[in-house]
Amino acid sequence: MIYAVNIALLLLLLVTAASATFLVKELMSSVFILGSYSFFLALVWAWLGAVDVAFVEAVIGAGLATVLFLITLFDTAPKDSRLRRPPPPLAGVLGLPLLGILLLFAANDLWPFGDPTSPPNIHISPVYLQQSFADTLTPNVVTSVLMDYRGFDTLIETVVIFTAGIACALLLREPGR
Amino acid sequence: MKRMHDSLIVQTMSQLLIPLAQLFALYVLFFGQYGPGGGFVAGVIWTTSMILTFLVFGLKSPQGRFVEKMLHGDGLGLIVFVGVGGLCLIGGGEFLNYAHLDIPGVDAPARRYIGILLAQIGVAIDVAVTGISIVLSLAYHDTEQEYDV
Repeated sequence: MIYAVNIALLLLLLVTAASATFLVKELMSSVFILGSYSFFLALVWAWLGAVDVAFVEAVIGAGLATVLFLITLFDTAPKDSRLRRPPPPLAGVLGLPLLGILLLFAANDLWPFGDPTSPPNIHISPVYLQQSFADTLTPNVVTSVLMDYRGFDTLIETVVIFTAGIACALLLREPGR
Repeated sequence: MKRMHDSLIVQTMSQLLIPLAQLFALYVLFFGQYGPGGGFVAGVIWTTSMILTFLVFGLKSPQGRFVEKMLHGDGLGLIVFVGVGGLCLIGGGEFLNYAHLDIPGVDAPARRYIGILLAQIGVAIDVAVTGISIVLSLAYHDTEQEYDV
């Protein structure tokens, strides 16, 4: 009972933070509310059992992205920080809620969360869950999938991150530094 | 950002928090095969601790110089990761097949453990250096200077 109330409260906080990020009048406040949104999202991930994703969301979304946004804001002129929002167009006000209702209606056809007979859970997951310890001798299934079964994926992801860092350094640093 | 933060409270709290965050990063890195976490998360947590260091103490302090020195490790993580794969090749197996990591005197589970751990360390170094590099480039981007494009 209390558990269900907690989840409803968490989702309410999530939606509130997400809409406040868009509605608030100043960029600085918007950045902080976005950080709190990421933190609530991390709690939702932890509730769904994806602790790894919750870790990354909390550290990157609430920590690193906030710092990046703030440093960028400090570099811009103070007059750019206040927002003058034009009123939203009528088509958006009417159309977006309709689209949301349509998406919710479509979500009814999805498999229930955690259903063992849903297609993602009967395709290759059982193989990993049953054989990963015999194959890789690693207790954590997530680690064995990431680093062993799909080591090439992780290697190429690392290359992508490396390339992103090089590109940022090339674009942002002045020559001679 | 460029010099030390004035507030004593901020300095003392950071001195307390930064080693704690780094310890947690190492824990996540070395415990990744038994619990949640791994190289990516460890690298990112290490990055945040380093960012806190140079935001609070500035780049001129000893701690800040360490942050700047970490930038020299760019590409080291990839070398470690690919090197583990290469060692597996030398051991007679496929690329990144840790069972063929040819270390004398260790059994199969320890071999797998060492292989995955080295690869995770490679990922962590790569992610940490990249994060610090991006934030440092943003923070020291001189807005007064005109660019001749």
